[in-house]
Amino acid sequence: MQDEPTPEELVKVVADFLRNEIAPAIKGHNAFKLRVGINALDLVSRQLALEQGGDASEAARLKRLLGVDGSLLELNRALSEKIASGELDLQTPGLAEHLWQTTMDKLAVDQPNYGSYKRELGTK
Amino acid sequence: MIEEQLGRCVASWYKGASGVTGAARLSGGASQETWTFDIIHAGGVTGAILRRAPPGYGASPGRACGLDAEAVLMQLAHDAGLPSPRVLHVLQPEDGLGAGFIMQRIEGETIARKILRDEQFAKARPMLARQLGQVAAGIHSLPALRLPKLREMNSTKEIADLEREYHGFGRPRPVFELALRWLRAHDPGPSRELTLVHGDFRHGNLVIGPDGVRAVLDWELAHFGDPMEDLGWLCVNSWRFGEIDKPVGGFGSREELFAGYEQAGRKVDPDRVKFWEVMGTLRWGVMCCGMMQRFRQGPDHSLERAMIGRRSSETEIDLLRLLAPREK
Repeated sequence: MQDEPTPEELVKVVADFLRNEIAPAIKGHNAFKLRVGINALDLVSRQLALEQGGDASEAARLKRLLGVDGSLLELNRALSEKIASGELDLQTPGLAEHLWQTTMDKLAVDQPNYGSYKRELGTK
Repeated sequence: MIEEQLGRCVASWYKGASGVTGAARLSGGASQETWTFDIIHAGGVTGAILRRAPPGYGASPGRACGLDAEAVLMQLAHDAGLPSPRVLHVLQPEDGLGAGFIMQRIEGETIARKILRDEQFAKARPMLARQLGQVAAGIHSLPALRLPKLREMNSTKEIADLEREYHGFGRPRPVFELALRWLRAHDPGPSRELTLVHGDFRHGNLVIGPDGVRAVLDWELAHFGDPMEDLGWLCVNSWRFGEIDKPVGGFGSREELFAGYEQAGRKVDPDRVKFWEVMGTLRWGVMCCGMMQRFRQGPDHSLERAMIGRRSSETEIDLLRLLAPREK
């Protein structure tokens, strides 16, 4: 068992330090790059918090849709092949819901301020 | 050092030029550079832009039409009265500056967030969609006989290209598969009319002033194809920057865009535009995945590239909104 603080806490404290103490003192192109860097750390924070739950429910849905077991990568490969071949399509019960939920879970990590995501969440 | 080279070059064709000043690199990767500088002459200063592949970088990769063709296209657009900078000089071997050209610098804004939010563009925003419709129609009407040699594209080839590129990444994406399937099922086939297509007609390549559209830049992806491609690409949600209810660049409606286009004497096929919007959304998604590849494999191991890789999911939600909208 690793000691504390947790990775979540460490990433957050670094991002907050850069945002609150360093960013105001940086100008020009490096200010832009620093902002991208802070965004990356915030993304990592969200992924550390959300990935496990999202992956588990994605895997459960994929197993139900496909009727087979496997790693998340294998299951996504199998689903992709079945969509490409036309064996599964938007008429397939559960497929659209699965793609929507999976995509919403990705946006929650990647880009929670993206306009389409906020609209679909019903918050904008 | 580049100022000395530019100074020698400019003196050879600009009457009364005594030198150049203020040279600064604007953007570009290893194989293509954009520089801004001022030409000093008896009458004052003239703003100029150098667009070049530095010495040693001659060949244009894959889809790019090449800098010589870009120069010809910009000059043709300028001569036809379209918002396009005048080409001042095409680089010659004796200039020692590589391949490329020097054009007039058009002042204005290319950053979408400023164009969409800053007060100085408030009067321009409601006019832009219609203006861009007229500009697109002008581009599509340039006389084919005078155009340089360009690759010819159609929707079927484009689907196959995107599929090959996406499969090359080796990572399954069910939403992309759904989009490819939709594109094949709705492929309208080759357009009856083949015209010049700008190929990257969107924010970032449009210089906007308080008075409206001032210039169309970056003809790198120009080709012959379906003119509706330019209109569809302009409507892709990735270029709305949060203003998702204004499909044209976050500032206007399809109706305004189409009205401007038809006002200039050309016809719009809204189904084809929709098809190219879906294609464009997938294309930007595949491009984001490509950024991630370039980040991981080099040579561009930059933070920006890495983070653009995490934007491909934005195109997945947009594809679902287009192809499998949820009832509200």
